[in-house]
Amino acid sequence: MKTIELEKENLLTKTNTMSGAQALVQALIDENVNLIFGYPGGAIMPVYDALYDVEDQLNHILTRHEQGAIHAAQGYARATGKVGVCMATSGPGATNLITGIADAQIDSTPLVCITGQVHSHLLGTDAFQETDVIGISMPVTKWNYQVTRAEEIPEAIAKAFYIARSGRPGPVLIDITKDAQFEKLKYSYQPFKGMRSYQTKNNLNQDQLRNAADLINSAEKPMVLFGQGVILSEAEKEFKTFIEKAGIPAAWTIMGLSALESDHFLNVGMLGMHGNYAPNKMTNECDVLIAVGMRFDDRVTGDLSRYAKQAKVVHLEIDPAEIDKNVKADVAVLGDAKESLSALTELLQENEHLSWLQEFRKLEHEEHETVISEELRPSVEALSMGEVLHEINKNTKGEAIVVTDVGQHQMVACRYAKFKRSKSMITSGGLGTMGFCLPAAIGAKMGQPDKEVIAVIGDGGFQMTIQELGTIFQKKTAVKIVVLNNEFLGMVRQWQELFFDKRYASTTMANPDFQSIVKGYGIAAKKVTKREDLESAVSEMTNHKGAYFLEVKVGKENNVFPMVPTGASVSEIRLK
Amino acid sequence: MKKRYTISVFTENRVGLLNRVTIIFTRRKINIESMAVSDSEVENVHRYTIVITETEDMLKKVVLQLEKQVEIIRAFYHEDEQIVYQELALYKVPTDILVAGKEAEKIVRSHYARVLSVESNFTVIEKTGHKDETHALFNDLKPFGILEFVRSGRIAISKPMKTLTSIIEELENNIK
Ligand SMILES: Cc1ncc(C[n+]2csc(CCOP(=O)(O)OP(=O)(O)O)c2C)c(N)n1
Repeated sequence: MKTIELEKENLLTKTNTMSGAQALVQALIDENVNLIFGYPGGAIMPVYDALYDVEDQLNHILTRHEQGAIHAAQGYARATGKVGVCMATSGPGATNLITGIADAQIDSTPLVCITGQVHSHLLGTDAFQETDVIGISMPVTKWNYQVTRAEEIPEAIAKAFYIARSGRPGPVLIDITKDAQFEKLKYSYQPFKGMRSYQTKNNLNQDQLRNAADLINSAEKPMVLFGQGVILSEAEKEFKTFIEKAGIPAAWTIMGLSALESDHFLNVGMLGMHGNYAPNKMTNECDVLIAVGMRFDDRVTGDLSRYAKQAKVVHLEIDPAEIDKNVKADVAVLGDAKESLSALTELLQENEHLSWLQEFRKLEHEEHETVISEELRPSVEALSMGEVLHEINKNTKGEAIVVTDVGQHQMVACRYAKFKRSKSMITSGGLGTMGFCLPAAIGAKMGQPDKEVIAVIGDGGFQMTIQELGTIFQKKTAVKIVVLNNEFLGMVRQWQELFFDKRYASTTMANPDFQSIVKGYGIAAKKVTKREDLESAVSEMTNHKGAYFLEVKVGKENNVFPMVPTGASVSEIRLK
Repeated sequence: MKKRYTISVFTENRVGLLNRVTIIFTRRKINIESMAVSDSEVENVHRYTIVITETEDMLKKVVLQLEKQVEIIRAFYHEDEQIVYQELALYKVPTDILVAGKEAEKIVRSHYARVLSVESNFTVIEKTGHKDETHALFNDLKPFGILEFVRSGRIAISKPMKTLTSIIEELENNIK
């Protein structure tokens, strides 16, 4: 036994001759990866065999579906700020990753996805489980590359991590043919240093900074919109100093949520279709609009031709392709948000805009009276999604990581969940991928085991990746799952109610008994149908050590308001 | 207003990049009118010359999206006045039309076209020029019967004097 182990060590450290599969695993270790999510199959078996030897260094989590693996890697990346890694076999394994890759691409999540591929001599022959995953994934990856020789592996992996995490992060896919996994190479690993065709640093343009500062200093009604860029460049502190120094109200996109604590006096809430009343209205009132690390998604802007036309726009952004893409910037500051913000703050005068802030407060009050108070403390019998979130807030005190799926509950969670810490809201923003939540919550919990992770899911989305209950069961992952059950594909039903004459085509759902299903996976479970049971159930859930499933029956035909109907301007936001 | 633009894209020499380049256009349903790919004066740097008709606003977005791709070094766009450009067309015609009558021969001469190859039953004529010029020859030869016709994509050299070598040097210094 001893000698075998010694020999193995010798193989890895002294001679450095190893198989491509071993080299891949070693390269992951050299990139400080200790957790990967995946699913084995024929074309990736040599890699799994190599993983078997390093289980103590590199923990592989077997999910129940490759989509589960990639969403888990996304949740891990979003909760930790590190690169998420997932692995799948060729063909169907690889194609099952695609939704997650597309999600990570549009939400700028750093991922390295590794797929096995058929033998290089079989490429293009329609071999068993061959798909052109390089071709399929090209439109949705930041970079992808097919390895056909073992000696390419160390550099390909180093480059993959470099590209995934630098600049505007994104998913990278490395496809490795089976023969390259078997082939021997002499291993040496060097972190990737950069390439001429991919420049990650923009030198801050001093003139643009000056111009931005001039606009901000002379603004009377400035407003900041911030997105995930603040989180991705870990610029939370710089951001706060920036808005505090200049006294500017700041509103967030759902991707930027949690970068600034919820109860900060300058935090004026959520932008966009189901965002808060004040920031949407005031977008069309402000004189200077400062966008930080956000990309003016159409769900945020509504009708572009009537979006902030009165304002001068300052755009702080790392990706040159985002400048002027949707909203024309009067001043664009290219660069990493952390650097841009601290340089810009230097040039700002201390200021406060109290009467302007007061105008936000007035609208906030109006929204509170018409929407929020009823949502948090309903006067009707049916439970609301908002009161569940309210109850969760009371228990977690803003310390939990909240992961959501897509739909009404997502909008409600974004609107009402409270946060004290950055990287605490994990949601599928750009792609709106149902099924994201459960596996992403698993990844988040594994990345942040000491944090409470609460998955808020609709009864529809829960059933899209419900198989990941198996992963929770096997790994004893202590995620808290809250299914807000309205027996409808709620968000679509809301649109049918408002825009399709209540013609509920294929949105009603006969659901199984989730309690029995979840209990089958050994997960503690409770169902709440009455208001008086909610408080104790939520506190039981948050006090529970292991995984916990809480199902809450909520009003079947509740709607999320306010709302900017499609095609409307943000200032036409409806309170009911 | 839509206009004709020539985009020059300089890339690393990598399998699959062509696909990445074309995706940027097809995703926005932009028709690529012509595309030519070759090496450049710098070793291992490939150059794509792409012609599209688009608004300047859309064009700028496309060029930024091109530059965003990891293995694309730089992308530029030009209007026709800012470049020197050329295309090449080949015409296969029956040899008798050049022998029998003088008409076809005169046409070839007046277009400053070149005879590339003469076989007993067909002749290949070459004409370099802008599209309207190669098209004009096509129209003139048409009555005599054209057996085959092919035109290359536009290739173009820009008039501004900054060299690719100096651009690449700058980029390489940035990562040192
Ligand atoms: C994969 C996928 N398919 C379809 C949709 C369209 N869609 C958006 S929200 C929604 C309804 C979600 O219903 P449910 O999960 O029950 O959540 P609720 O809206 O009721 O909170 C649907 C079908 C989507 N976003 N993602």
